Amino acid sequence: MIRRATTAVAAAFLVPVLLTGCSEPRSHAKAVYMLLDTSGTYTEEIDKARTILGYLVATLDSGDSLGVARIDSRSFSEKDIVARTTFDSRPSVASQQKREFIKTIDKFRKSVKGSPYTDISGGLLQAVEYLEETGAGHKYVLIFSDLAEDLKKGDFRDFPIPLDGIHVIALNVTKLRSDNVDPRKYLDRLAKWQERVSSNGGEWRVVNDLDHVGNMLDS
Amino acid sequence: MASTDILLLWSDHAALSVTIWLAIAIVFLYLARGPAHRAIRSLGVVLRSSLRFAAKAISGTEQKLTERNREVLLETGKQASQRLLEREFHRVNAVVTRDLGAFPSLNRRLSEQINKMDQDYQQASEEPPAPPSWTNAVTAMVKLRSDDETMVGNVLGHIRTTAENQHRTAMDEYRKANRVRHGLLRGMMPYWRKVSQSLQDIGKSILGLEERSRIIDNEMSRYEEIVAGSSQAERSLAASAMTQFFIAGTVLLVAVIGGVVNFYLIALPMSEMVGGNSVLGPFKTSSIAALVIIMLEIAMGLFLMESLRITRMFPLIGALDDQMRKRMIWMTFAILLILAGVESSLAYMRDLLAADREALRQTLAGIQATNPEFRWIPSLGQMVMGFILPFALTFVAIPLESFIHSSRTVGGSTLAAVLRGLSVVLRMFGNATYHFANMLAHVYDLLIFIPLRLEDMFRNRKAVSQDVAVNSEAGKNLAEIEEVRL
Repeated sequence: MIRRATTAVAAAFLVPVLLTGCSEPRSHAKAVYMLLDTSGTYTEEIDKARTILGYLVATLDSGDSLGVARIDSRSFSEKDIVARTTFDSRPSVASQQKREFIKTIDKFRKSVKGSPYTDISGGLLQAVEYLEETGAGHKYVLIFSDLAEDLKKGDFRDFPIPLDGIHVIALNVTKLRSDNVDPRKYLDRLAKWQERVSSNGGEWRVVNDLDHVGNMLDS
Repeated sequence: MASTDILLLWSDHAALSVTIWLAIAIVFLYLARGPAHRAIRSLGVVLRSSLRFAAKAISGTEQKLTERNREVLLETGKQASQRLLEREFHRVNAVVTRDLGAFPSLNRRLSEQINKMDQDYQQASEEPPAPPSWTNAVTAMVKLRSDDETMVGNVLGHIRTTAENQHRTAMDEYRKANRVRHGLLRGMMPYWRKVSQSLQDIGKSILGLEERSRIIDNEMSRYEEIVAGSSQAERSLAASAMTQFFIAGTVLLVAVIGGVVNFYLIALPMSEMVGGNSVLGPFKTSSIAALVIIMLEIAMGLFLMESLRITRMFPLIGALDDQMRKRMIWMTFAILLILAGVESSLAYMRDLLAADREALRQTLAGIQATNPEFRWIPSLGQMVMGFILPFALTFVAIPLESFIHSSRTVGGSTLAAVLRGLSVVLRMFGNATYHFANMLAHVYDLLIFIPLRLEDMFRNRKAVSQDVAVNSEAGKNLAEIEEVRL
């Protein structure tokens, strides 16, 4: 009787421990993909994007991934990726990678040209693909844009984008001239994107005050 | 059916419906009064009995624990006293071996010196030849007239001259002999000094031994008290254990802070060795590796202290023969030295990484990275700290041993106090439950006071009518008896 009771108690303690131990460990790494709008006048905002990227590079640690791509007329393309890297496990090598990364960004900043159209959805799809490949536990897409999508005639982007477990953060969503005439347009634009992200399983946030980017990746 | 519907079952007027419900409830409560009272009272009794039983059991456990604590305390005190006595005896042995071990040779030397001094003294004490006793005759002759030129006068003059010459010679010899004696006495001086020094040394040793013997006497009387299990010894040991517990706890806390500092010194560079992104459970592998190194250092420190017989936590190490123990001392010291070297280099690497990170941060912020002056000072400081901390952590073994030993006593006493408190609380709670059950029965009666009052009135009336009937019956009987008598 006592032996049975002991076995039962041992099993009650051991089974959850073993089950916990056998479950697949969740990665603690972060993966961030930043989309930079290069359409029209938004190109002027690129310096702000450089500041945010500087913060991101400093914040991310060994094993984390960072990618930067431009939002072009047709953004679902590898050629729009400006730089991407996964930081090495050794901190000294990771520091070197960070230096190279920021150098590439600075080079891009000097040579960037405005695009006639704005394909945010294509860029988002490209970002999701990249983030899934990294296998990171925490995934973020940062959209540095006014969120005004302007597709080329004939391009089709109206389909669901799988955003499960991805945090989509819109940064520096500037107001257009037309928004000043009718602010509802601005609010509608934000609501549309929020609805699109949330309905596809993602988490949506807007950070317009760039002083508050400090705790952006905490969630 | 909603609760409101049930409430308004008898009438649409809430007050009326509630009154009806109350009346029904009172009737039911009145009918169930007897069993309800019995149930409430037995619940109180059962709870009180159970809680008293539990309190008694806990009290018994507490007494056993207190007794065991006492045994442990006395045993620990006995062991500590034995260790102290053993150490004192070792010291006495050392003093005897060092100072009095060479006593036979010292004794021989002293005897030789005393013999030598004795011989010298004997030689020094030999009387030099005394001046001749005929000096009186010479003195008498001297008093003669010197201008007497007779034959007798000349003879006497010659005698006087000869006597004077002989006297001078005798006096010279006397002085020479005295000089020799003084020389011998002067030659004895170093021997006296040597003897005096030797005696002083022996005196010091004897004084030291006397002091030690006083300590041993005190400790022996304490030991006897402990063996006898006197309450004074118990109190003194308990107070000592409490003091040791707090002192050792404070020192351990300081050591823990030192360990944390050590950890932060090597955690970052460890990621350079084992990778910064691998994790074990919720912790980074690099952090665990740093922790392992610190734990290893502490373990080696424990073994070193144990091998040096400063602490006695592992009887197996203490029981090793001296040869093996010495090997172990050197082995643990060598491992500690290697670990200290590793830690020192890791601390240097940490400094390099921190500098690199700072430079990167400046680059990212668009500032030209600068190399600050005197950067080598913090680097050197970190390296020295990395080298010293493992050795400093070695001494954790001493407070740790005290803490473990005293925590047995303190923990036992605390547990006994908690059990005592629990027993009192259970007893109080049991009594409170019993009285609460009684009060509950009265409250029950309060709820149904109207039917109870009616019942009382009914009973009183019935009792009165019964009395009247009994009285009339008795009257009838008396009348009949009277008639019969008449």
